[in-house]
Amino acid sequence: MSSHAEKTVPLGGPLITPVTLTLAALTGIAAVILLIRFIFGIGAVTNVNDGYSWGIWVVYDVMAGSAFACGGYAIALMVYIFNKGEYHPLVRPALLGSLFGYTLAGASVIFDLGRYWNTWHIFMPPWAQVNSVMFEVAVCITLYIGVMWIEFSPAFLERFGRKDLKQKLSKWMFLFIGLGVLLPSMHQSSLGSLLIVFGTQINPLWQTLMLPAIFLMTAITVGYAVVIFESCLSASGFKRPFELDLITRLSKVMWGFLVVYLVMRSVDLTWRGAWGEAFKFNVMALCFWIEMMGFILPVILLAKPANRRRPDRLLISAVSLIVGTLMLRLNGFLIGYNTGPGWYYFPSLPELLVTIGIIAAEILGYIVLVRWLPILPKVEPAKTAR
Amino acid sequence: MKITDLNALRNAAELQAIESRLNVSRRDFLKLCAALAATMGLPAGAEAAIVQAVATKQRPSVIWLHFQECTGCTESLLRAEHPTLEKLILDIISLDYHETLFAAAGHQAEAARKAAMKQHKGKYVLVVEGAIPTKDGGVYCKVGGQTAVNMLKECAKDAAAVIAIGSCASWGGMPSTGPNPTGSSSVAEVLGKTVVTIPGCPPSPYNFLATVVHFLTFGKLPDIDHLGRPKFAYSRLIHENCERRAHFDAGRFALEFGDAGHRAGYCLYKLGCKGPETYANCPTLGFGDVGEVSWPVGCGHPCIGCTEKGVGFAKPIHALAELKSVAPPLGFPRVDEDKGKGFDFASAAALAAIAGAAAAGTAKVAQNLGKGVPMESDHDSGATP
Repeated sequence: MSSHAEKTVPLGGPLITPVTLTLAALTGIAAVILLIRFIFGIGAVTNVNDGYSWGIWVVYDVMAGSAFACGGYAIALMVYIFNKGEYHPLVRPALLGSLFGYTLAGASVIFDLGRYWNTWHIFMPPWAQVNSVMFEVAVCITLYIGVMWIEFSPAFLERFGRKDLKQKLSKWMFLFIGLGVLLPSMHQSSLGSLLIVFGTQINPLWQTLMLPAIFLMTAITVGYAVVIFESCLSASGFKRPFELDLITRLSKVMWGFLVVYLVMRSVDLTWRGAWGEAFKFNVMALCFWIEMMGFILPVILLAKPANRRRPDRLLISAVSLIVGTLMLRLNGFLIGYNTGPGWYYFPSLPELLVTIGIIAAEILGYIVLVRWLPILPKVEPAKTAR
Repeated sequence: MKITDLNALRNAAELQAIESRLNVSRRDFLKLCAALAATMGLPAGAEAAIVQAVATKQRPSVIWLHFQECTGCTESLLRAEHPTLEKLILDIISLDYHETLFAAAGHQAEAARKAAMKQHKGKYVLVVEGAIPTKDGGVYCKVGGQTAVNMLKECAKDAAAVIAIGSCASWGGMPSTGPNPTGSSSVAEVLGKTVVTIPGCPPSPYNFLATVVHFLTFGKLPDIDHLGRPKFAYSRLIHENCERRAHFDAGRFALEFGDAGHRAGYCLYKLGCKGPETYANCPTLGFGDVGEVSWPVGCGHPCIGCTEKGVGFAKPIHALAELKSVAPPLGFPRVDEDKGKGFDFASAAALAAIAGAAAAGTAKVAQNLGKGVPMESDHDSGATP
């Protein structure tokens, strides 16, 4: 499996199953709510207000969603920048996850913008505010979505038998792969910079000039976690052999990143004297510890090399890291964000259902595409038969 | 040598000479030059060039003509309360002909004009105040027996630059208001070419001064728009920088003179303020040197659009302005905005259900992975649990 030229094939199998039907139903519910949102306005379905001008559609779907979609970025970093070719079988499945995550994150921004019809202004020089962090994020994410579709296009071209096009594209692919590594590094750190601008409205546990580094580090780490998570789920769901060796090696890299991250985070909290906030008896402190446990638990679980060969430990570590990253973003952008006395925000049921629907759409799309397009590496019959 | 740093001029002899020549402190003089550079939006370093030019250069000869006007432009220049302005006006330029300020009279005065024109041929600056009547051979305005049209053409021929000051000279102003019995025309119309115009009734003296100082410093007049107005002063609508703009955006309007809104300083748009269709820098510069609110809108009177042809003296003062840049919003924020709700049962339950399902699913899959799923490994199968 360590050769670059491994074969990827469509998985095949039934598209209509109880799982896909459930996912489709959840997606449908979200679609109906979004229809209501587009007809009657954003106030009709969400709890956002003048104090909290964004809710979970932005914080989960964009901030956390795009971090979870960093699998493609993290793997590309490893394969193409650090030249670890043995991870190549993970590229396409990881990229597919990223593609969905980012495309839907981009779509979610449109759902969340009150005057979504003005969105195109961002890309028009007379309107663009080039000194804004938000502008950087918007342009960078849009570009990256485009770049990812191009990176992923060989899978489509193979399916449709367009060898000629694929050949031409492959000459230029290095450019898009380069961009595919550069762009997420830019906007994942900028997502952190966004918070710096909020100043003292953010609790000291999260308000630091290290935010860009913190967000970038967690995006890369969670990228590996998501790849492990996807690999576990497709092994379990599609009854495929688990890519244990590859995942074990990947988890070692992830563990290293995690340790560096935790050291950085702790030193920063100590340096700024912010630890006091963590020991107060309030929701923010509680959520801080949930977040930190999400990062600490995998460090403990995967500390012994032998444990990195235990699939259950790997999965729990990956999930725990995903929870930690989610909490970091939720904490920074909502829970630890105080816009002034009297303002409240808690997602409404329709808001939650849209977010659930978007997650369902991602999983559904993933299942359909791996069954239909050559994404997962071919499994040699001798091994499956075991 | 081009000097771009004020510090380099700290001990310059010219500056010490200025102190005695203008009877102003060196500090006041530097402040004024810096303010002029800022008024024109010139880059850093221009203030030093202005200081040098004002302090050392040969003063340009200026011939100032008066036609159909009220002398308000001249008055506003002279009444400027800035401590050094009138001194500077008279000191940085050599005012060789100005009917209001001349001690000479009659043929003596006209002789002085002719002498200055001859001596500074091609180098003098011609400033025109007032409109020029063109009907019936221009007989409605004569100076020393010469018609205004004639005199303007004669003086403009050898001028290095022509500046039309005030709305009358710029576009006809008040005298040209319909039915315009004397055929009042602007300088540009009579000369048939674009000239620099400083419209306003009266215009801000600083806009005029800045224009002259620009000419003195850089040897050319500042950038102008299609109507000949210096861009530094006339490129923005009054509405854009108005101190009452926030009231406009929030829908707070004075509806009558003296009503509660008027007394509270609300937007004057509905009283007929022409700020939304008038280009001038009044809100940023103020007027009359007595502080920030000293300009019509600041004092509570709607702008009458005096700098704008077709608006000032043409539209009734109470008439609504045409909104050139922005329309008032269709909806205004409520007085009491919703401040958001805490969590409700349904969404909290949904959130708990998601968390529970995710935890249970993870546990189930983890268990499953540990037992039922085959492992793909490069090592022998003994390594897998």
